[in-house]
Amino acid sequence: MTALPGSGRRTEPIATRFAYGEALVELGHENPRLVVLEADISKSTQTQHFAKAFPERFFQMGCAEANAMVAAAGLATTGKIPFVSTYAVFGSMRACEQVRSFVAYPRLNVKIAVSHGGVTSANDGPTHQGTEDLGIMRTIPNLTVIVPADYYATKKLVHAAALLEGPVYLRFTRDPVPIIYGPESDFTIGKGVRLREGSDVTLVAIGDLVAIALEAAEQLGARGLSAEVIDMHTLKPLDGELVLRSAEKTRRVVAIEDHQINGGLGSAVAEVLSENLPTPMRRIGLRDTFAESGEYRLLLKKYGLDAAAVMRAVEQLM
Amino acid sequence: MTATPETITCLQAQARQIRKDIVTMIHAAHSGHPGGSLSAADIVTALYFHFMRVDPARPRWEDRDRFILSKGHACPVWYACLARRGFFPVEQLLTLRKIDSLLQGHPDMLKTPGVDMTTGSLGQGLSAAVGMALGLKLDQKLARVYVVLGDGELDEGQVWEAALSAAKYRLDNLLVCVDYNNLQLDGPCDQIMPVEPLAAKWEAFNWQVFEMDGNDMPQIVNTIEAALQVHGRPAVIIAHTVKGKGVSFMENDCHWHGRAPDDEQYAQAIRELEMAL
Repeated sequence: MTALPGSGRRTEPIATRFAYGEALVELGHENPRLVVLEADISKSTQTQHFAKAFPERFFQMGCAEANAMVAAAGLATTGKIPFVSTYAVFGSMRACEQVRSFVAYPRLNVKIAVSHGGVTSANDGPTHQGTEDLGIMRTIPNLTVIVPADYYATKKLVHAAALLEGPVYLRFTRDPVPIIYGPESDFTIGKGVRLREGSDVTLVAIGDLVAIALEAAEQLGARGLSAEVIDMHTLKPLDGELVLRSAEKTRRVVAIEDHQINGGLGSAVAEVLSENLPTPMRRIGLRDTFAESGEYRLLLKKYGLDAAAVMRAVEQLM
Repeated sequence: MTATPETITCLQAQARQIRKDIVTMIHAAHSGHPGGSLSAADIVTALYFHFMRVDPARPRWEDRDRFILSKGHACPVWYACLARRGFFPVEQLLTLRKIDSLLQGHPDMLKTPGVDMTTGSLGQGLSAAVGMALGLKLDQKLARVYVVLGDGELDEGQVWEAALSAAKYRLDNLLVCVDYNNLQLDGPCDQIMPVEPLAAKWEAFNWQVFEMDGNDMPQIVNTIEAALQVHGRPAVIIAHTVKGKGVSFMENDCHWHGRAPDDEQYAQAIRELEMAL
């Protein structure tokens, strides 16, 4: 897939859930084994397009996420590739034990594909902001955890997840996030992407906050600091080698995620560093607090998830 | 598939063997759940030795009928039926719950040949069965999905989520038996969490409901045969059973929900089951 000049290459911010909705339809055409289970929010998760294109392979399970999750497990035993869609809070917490014991433990080929990750569900408030999901999903054996940073990364990583034999948790945004990649960009599950080379500090980010890391790197550059930026789209298995290689060079690391500072990317990076190459680091994330209703950008600012917060963290490390 | 008197006699003898296996393996393991395994022994025997199309040489055969023991703690009855049906050597039964065994304390589909779904945490099996039944229908397969639900796990809300979805999708390739022995871990179901009127509940969820004595082989065979004729909706059989059935001191006693017999109790249990042979 190459983008010709003027071929409609996206430049405007767009929510990654829209890329998911498109990828599902593409996959539906490619693979008759693909099925989708939805929990009454198809207009929001964007599974509505698959529902229209492949009604016989779309199962509307109602507001009953626990049942949907284990039904997906049952479908997987018959050779189907089920994508279960809901919001991050429900996919990872309402149906948490279902994911653990009936998807991950039997290593069934279920893709848990959730929208409204982190504070991107902004105005809906904390009941709909999935800010603990990554930490919870990361502790479950056999499960791959992926958070794409933009529209193009989402397209590619949803396709890659469909090809991976085994359970995957994929998290998307409700609100628009900037375009970072192009249609030609390639991704390998389990391999982070070095978006920017630098020598003074490593900014390792995931999901919607990869754009924030890039923004911070720009601003650091203006101050004469050279920041390396890594998009760690696969939280698990973590590309520890990439983190270590970068930390060896910069000796300073900031982990940046739209998630609680406990359990997610910051924790995963700290684990790798402390066991192999103890390195001064800071974690950007919700500081053990629930957020609130509000505009996405304003939430990032108020809860210390914006570029200014990253700059402060870097200053502390210098 | 009308059962002759000889078939019934054969199934009854098989069920007695399964009961001996259950008691023997739990005694060897020093732990496990005899009460609910014994109560379901006749139903699971009828399924594996009369109704289900399975091939022990090909445990993952795509066209096979599936079985899910939603009350996964009663897995000794499943393991005994699978072993006697030829899925793995009968001697393996003595490794139940031991390290490196094929036979986990609760069913594990990756470890045990013939186990179609991992279960153990209650209230989940029917949801998995709904998914299987949907998948089989999508592939236009004639295979069926059989589920044994415990009565205690009917307390779990997810069972009723699954019941709604099975009715929505008119899953007539799905047959559920509720092992209604009216005893759960802490005591009688009607005291712990009353589920009555149970038949009316399933009917209200748009299921076709049957009732039977779940420890009476002729009734089991006839009722399952009738339930398999249902078209356009899922069917449930409320099987009235006796917890611990076949071992006098275990019958109707919730203390035998999850306890292994000691050597003396084991000897007595085997004596009783052999006298019945």
